Amino acid sequence: MIELGHEVDLKAPPGSDAHREASGTPENARRMTIIVTKGSLDWAYPPFILATTAAALGVEATMFFTFYGLPLLLKKLDLQISALGNPAMKMPLLGQHIGLPNLVAALPGADATATLMMKNLIKKKGVASIEELRGVAIESGVKLIACQMTMALFEYSTDDMISGVELGGAATYIEAALKSNINLFI
Amino acid sequence: MADIVLDAKGQNCPLPIVKAKKALKDVPSGGTLEVLTTDPGSPADFEAFCRTTGNILLESMEQSGTFRFLIKRVE
Repeated sequence: MIELGHEVDLKAPPGSDAHREASGTPENARRMTIIVTKGSLDWAYPPFILATTAAALGVEATMFFTFYGLPLLLKKLDLQISALGNPAMKMPLLGQHIGLPNLVAALPGADATATLMMKNLIKKKGVASIEELRGVAIESGVKLIACQMTMALFEYSTDDMISGVELGGAATYIEAALKSNINLFI
Repeated sequence: MADIVLDAKGQNCPLPIVKAKKALKDVPSGGTLEVLTTDPGSPADFEAFCRTTGNILLESMEQSGTFRFLIKRVE
């Protein structure tokens, strides 16, 4: 329990308004923003996992999709991974962890193979798909903001995006971030 | 006997928590939700979930690789 200079009313359940008031916890503690800048299959996970979990914990979450994160809002997702330039990517294979040297990872078909392997692992290990997590995020009221500038830059229209997406720019994000205790750049 | 039982065995983070939250909505206030998982991260996560949401973790136990949580709905 963090003491914030107020007497904490322990009778009030944590997370309740009464407890927040008693503990002096600012309303900000119940808000989070994430700037989503990466749209590969692997990097799509952290923002969606954190946003859906935040929503489950009663935290109001806002995701701001910019640059390569923007395609995560497209109606039809086509997520890929690449081992190229990623020495940390070692896949479990036959009891070992195998990485690909850049020369091999650059060959045609290497990305498709790595993506297939990753998707198989995801399924096998009971990890949710990004489509599923995105659905949960929408269902649980996570606010999804598409960066207007990125949409113009890469020539996307709202028709390309799933419904429920809001448009906004840096000022929209800053306003949300000022009201939040957790602000992440992923 | 819990009001609702959620079987989240074989599922990985964040699905057990996300599904537990959803299932709790159907539990009457003061009622209980039983969650079964196999994710080794879930004991810490369910403790954090309950501390943060104000629900009460009545039981947390493990038996041969299956974790069982009993959550009392307060919110």
